[in-house]
Amino acid sequence: MGWLDVFRNNEKKTSAQMAKERLQVVVAHRRTGGGDHPAYFPQLQQDLLAVLRKYVQVGDDAVQMEIEREGDLEVLELNITLPEDARH
Amino acid sequence: MAKIIVVTSGKGGVGKTTTAASFAAGLAMRGHKTVVIDFDVGLRNLDLIMGCERRVVFDFINVISGEANLKQALIRDKRHENLYILAASQTRDKDALNQEGVERTLNKLAEDFDYIICDSPAGIETGAIMAMYYADEALVVTNPEVSSVRDSDRVLGMLSSKTKRAKEGGEPVKEHLVVTRYAPNRVGKGEMLSLDDINDILGIPLLGVIPESEKVLNASNSGMPVAMEENADAGQAYLDLVARFLGENRPMRFTEAKKKFLDRLMGR
Repeated sequence: MGWLDVFRNNEKKTSAQMAKERLQVVVAHRRTGGGDHPAYFPQLQQDLLAVLRKYVQVGDDAVQMEIEREGDLEVLELNITLPEDARH
Repeated sequence: MAKIIVVTSGKGGVGKTTTAASFAAGLAMRGHKTVVIDFDVGLRNLDLIMGCERRVVFDFINVISGEANLKQALIRDKRHENLYILAASQTRDKDALNQEGVERTLNKLAEDFDYIICDSPAGIETGAIMAMYYADEALVVTNPEVSSVRDSDRVLGMLSSKTKRAKEGGEPVKEHLVVTRYAPNRVGKGEMLSLDDINDILGIPLLGVIPESEKVLNASNSGMPVAMEENADAGQAYLDLVARFLGENRPMRFTEAKKKFLDRLMGR
């Protein structure tokens, strides 16, 4: 970091950072899931996060979802991790 | 035992054919008998990039349909005796590719060659699936740009579900990331995804970085794979990539911005 940086606005995201964040959302499903999840999975995950955040402050990885298949039965397993101080 | 490597990306225009041509040329220059096949039926271009467009008499589809044999269709490169190309048909469409025909041709080539490079068409249709189906390894060509990265991710999904290895439950296709058109000075300014960014998102090992370079256009203008150009930065980067593929340890080059004197002074 050069001395001129003090005059720059450090709050503003660079376009490369924006690109990375947007990509992380659109490709996240394959990384977390192994690929054979239904198409609605990433959106459901985002929606659940949004609902959760009405009540508690949680990180992006607070909602973990898995689909388990046993015969004809599909089980959606939801794992929500709350932060330590969320009980208050 | 011949190794089959697909050069793929999903998105068009990111440098698949340039990469396939230079990768094949680089392997041949290292003494490996290599053939590069154009799977882009109807839109053939590999012949132009390799500079043999006027020598194409029979093509891949002629071989598949039995109108010509492999020996008639294979074009030997005039610069390197280990390098051959099999052109795509310009007049037929992608449906002319059928699985048995592709398999038969690849098996026949495998008797004679060390490496078989499959230059995939863009998209995720028949041609692209045929190009990756029999692959042992894959070069996933990606530009540091959102649509290309997303499409590469999609292609990674296909490599792990639509290929022969995936379907037969064997060892998965070995994936390599190739980042092309990389502009370190723009990365430095926060205007372009960095190698780390792309790696965080795609999560496959980086085999090579090809800098954005005017030499690539110059080389294609003259029908010379850029890897054969001695003084080209992009050509050097491809030769490094080939060396890494063959197991050598070569540090990445052309990944740092060249600083101007004034920029250094200003700490930029």
